[in-house]
Amino acid sequence: MSDPVLQVRNFTVEFWVDGSWYPAAVDMNFDVQAGKTLAIVGESGSGKSTTAMGIMDLLASNARMSGSVKVKGSEMIGVTKSQLRKFRGREVAYIFQEPMTALNPVYTIGFQIVETLRTHFDMGPKAAKARAIELITLVEIPNPELSFDKYPHQLSGGQRQRAMIAQSLACDPALLIADEPTTALDVTVQAEVLDLMRGLRTKLNSAILLITHDMGVVADMADEILVMKDGLTVEHGSSDQIFNKPTHPYTQSLLKSVPKLGTVKQRAAIDNKKQPVIKLTDVTIAYPKRGRIPEFVAVKDFNLEIFPGEIVGLVGESGSGKTTVGRAAIGLIPIKSGKLEIVGKDISKATQKELFPIRRHTGIVFQDPASSLNPRLPIGESIGEPILLAGLAKGAELNHKVEELLQQVELPRSYRNRFPHELSGGQRQRVGIARALALTPDLLIADEPTSALDVSVQARFLELLLELQDKLKFACLFISHDLAVVDILAHRIAVMQDGRLVEEGDRDSILKSAKNEYTRRLIAAVPVPDPAEQKKRREARLAAK
Amino acid sequence: MARKSNIGLNTGEELLDGNENAIFNKETEGLSQGQIILKRFVRHRAAMVALVFFTTLVAIVYTALDWRIGDPRNPRFTIPGWWNYGFEDTPELLTEGCPEGILGCPTIDFVPFVDGDGVQLGQHPFGQDNIGRDYFALVMRGAQRSILVMFIIGLIATTIGTIVGALAGFFRGWTDAVLMRLVDFIITIPVIIIGSVIGFHFGNKGAAFLALLLGLFSWTGLSRLVRGEFLSLREREFVDAARVAGATNRRIIFKHILPNAIGVIIVSVTLLMSGAILLETALSFLGFGVTSPDVSLGLLISNYQDAFTTRPWLFWYPGLFIIAIALCVNFIGDGLRDAFDPRQRRRLSKKDKENAREMQSRSEMA
Repeated sequence: MSDPVLQVRNFTVEFWVDGSWYPAAVDMNFDVQAGKTLAIVGESGSGKSTTAMGIMDLLASNARMSGSVKVKGSEMIGVTKSQLRKFRGREVAYIFQEPMTALNPVYTIGFQIVETLRTHFDMGPKAAKARAIELITLVEIPNPELSFDKYPHQLSGGQRQRAMIAQSLACDPALLIADEPTTALDVTVQAEVLDLMRGLRTKLNSAILLITHDMGVVADMADEILVMKDGLTVEHGSSDQIFNKPTHPYTQSLLKSVPKLGTVKQRAAIDNKKQPVIKLTDVTIAYPKRGRIPEFVAVKDFNLEIFPGEIVGLVGESGSGKTTVGRAAIGLIPIKSGKLEIVGKDISKATQKELFPIRRHTGIVFQDPASSLNPRLPIGESIGEPILLAGLAKGAELNHKVEELLQQVELPRSYRNRFPHELSGGQRQRVGIARALALTPDLLIADEPTSALDVSVQARFLELLLELQDKLKFACLFISHDLAVVDILAHRIAVMQDGRLVEEGDRDSILKSAKNEYTRRLIAAVPVPDPAEQKKRREARLAAK
Repeated sequence: MARKSNIGLNTGEELLDGNENAIFNKETEGLSQGQIILKRFVRHRAAMVALVFFTTLVAIVYTALDWRIGDPRNPRFTIPGWWNYGFEDTPELLTEGCPEGILGCPTIDFVPFVDGDGVQLGQHPFGQDNIGRDYFALVMRGAQRSILVMFIIGLIATTIGTIVGALAGFFRGWTDAVLMRLVDFIITIPVIIIGSVIGFHFGNKGAAFLALLLGLFSWTGLSRLVRGEFLSLREREFVDAARVAGATNRRIIFKHILPNAIGVIIVSVTLLMSGAILLETALSFLGFGVTSPDVSLGLLISNYQDAFTTRPWLFWYPGLFIIAIALCVNFIGDGLRDAFDPRQRRRLSKKDKENAREMQSRSEMA
């Protein structure tokens, strides 16, 4: 075997915090060969990004590194900044998670690619432009000539990520470090970007170091896998070995907690003879025009009913209007036309005051637990607020209720006095549920409650939600971009595209025999944590093209 | 890593986020928001020095002179100050130790062992003015007025600025339009002109009244900042969560949003206060601020501007106090700004790293 492009030996990264060195990645050993992909997998805080950033010394000034990192045989640790700069971009290129922030918004993408080219090569402006257009063509952005002069905000999320990739490929790097390259993208776009990266790997024979938390992406891309936990290497092996015969218990539990499509039994249908908890009839929701920005219709002619005790999953890609539906359903956004009924009351044109009694019957869990809890209030106060404002309890009685709610979501009672920043993401989201359930609502809206959580935390969270729903029998509108999650929970699934409901039906009919073309594409694009299965689907996808 | 929670940070920070947060969490384990801010503030060396210095200064200034309760000429009772002279007393002009032809020079001596009796205050440490009034007493009185003016302006501007900004930012629409046009209107008139007009008509009503009126015109900058903060905070999900919980607008504004904007408010108020002290000085210097027989630092400078060549100390000491007070408040404000900014993290100096290495090697040996 030839020399590896990247060779990492006894590599340790530590951060200086409050008078002591706090290790973030300990004793890492791995090689990446040309034309191969090594995936570093782990949950947030496991040190996977730190390792990737450490390779090119891009860490904050309170970090220190030891051990050895060799790129094409040259040592990277302990060399001067100017020597490092020669390798950055030229031999090692990065693809960042958020293409909107990684591209400079005031320059065109063409300019940014040309800039990279001319920093590293002695190249005239015309030659650089020609090469840039070539690169843009390579990453399959439509109309390369025109796209050259486009600004990042004029491109879609997937195209932006492609432009990022084009920029990082500008110097034919030997090593490509992709740090969660598709996390910010929708599944269908993610599948395309992954296809592109795989194609480039074979075409350019680069080595790829892929950092991700998504086991589906790993199954799709990786030849070799390294699993990290709390800064330590837990398991290291070939893709086949890790997925099919994981030896370490952490890897096993990690794989087990990844939701898989179609592995749970269809939940029994809910009696739909009763009066629905929420009924939307031909609802249209529009964001009113502001200044010169014209009115934007986010949801059009939307129909949905949810019956008591039923969980309905609402799926769609970003921008499809699913969050807007959720917010309107709870009266946070007024609807433009149509009819919206909650527990038999028409709130289509309700004023804020008329909505107060409705609030007692509804609860909402927000997407981002960090932003949905007031950082200046102890969580006990956040949870108790609905009860207090409804005038149901005060003082000691309220405290007692709050403790009960905390227990219900399996948090210690003493957490009542803690502040949101003292809790982990999963714990915060439980507080979110406790607050939403404080008034034992008839309807719970869950707006992507698991998208900010790690898979193992997500698995536990979904279990808890199912248990609570079983006990309290509330109706639930579960909004998610992740079909696999919806699959576990929902009795029925509704699919949205561009503000319209494209398909609705019970779980099996949607997942197994979707009639709508968009739904089928959505299902096909969901990555499955199984390399063999992924290969099959990839081929099917290519054949369909 | 979080899927959509990191939007808005720059890339470098974004990539680091996962690990940095873990470490940051370690740093803040078990502390409330207030405690963290206090800890960061205490760590800010310049601000702590300024705070101690300012507290001492205020204590000295306010205890130096007699406090007369009731009619100043015929007080009901008097709390005696520690200084021998009041600012209205006119002792005899001293010539002792002064250059020829000059009366009432300062008797303070900083330099030990050269001549005189070494470090001492003497009878009139800051000298005397034309008619023999003790200049130390005058400066103390002036500083009292200036600090009073500063705090009154700060208090009034904070109240009005916060409320106007909060209403405009929270309700948007026409409330915002009307309030912000009012702000525009006030901003277009230079403060010094407003101050002059007010001082000209109401200067004889005392320093406190002047400060009250000036406060009515200095809230505009703060209200803009608070409005901006409210505009962004009102879009946060916890506001929606509070609304779903059934909270009224008033509760959302005061219980949920305002505590989150308090950092911006405190910081901008401290800066506003150091501006206020300069405003009062400027107005008094122009003759529109505090008028005699009362005294303020600006008035002292204005009165003796001709004396600069012959008796420069009449200029020095009030100037020194103005600078000291304004600087202190600025430093404290700077420390607060750093303490309230959650993204602010202490940079590591080379020395820190070396110390750590040394500590580690020592522990390894042991």
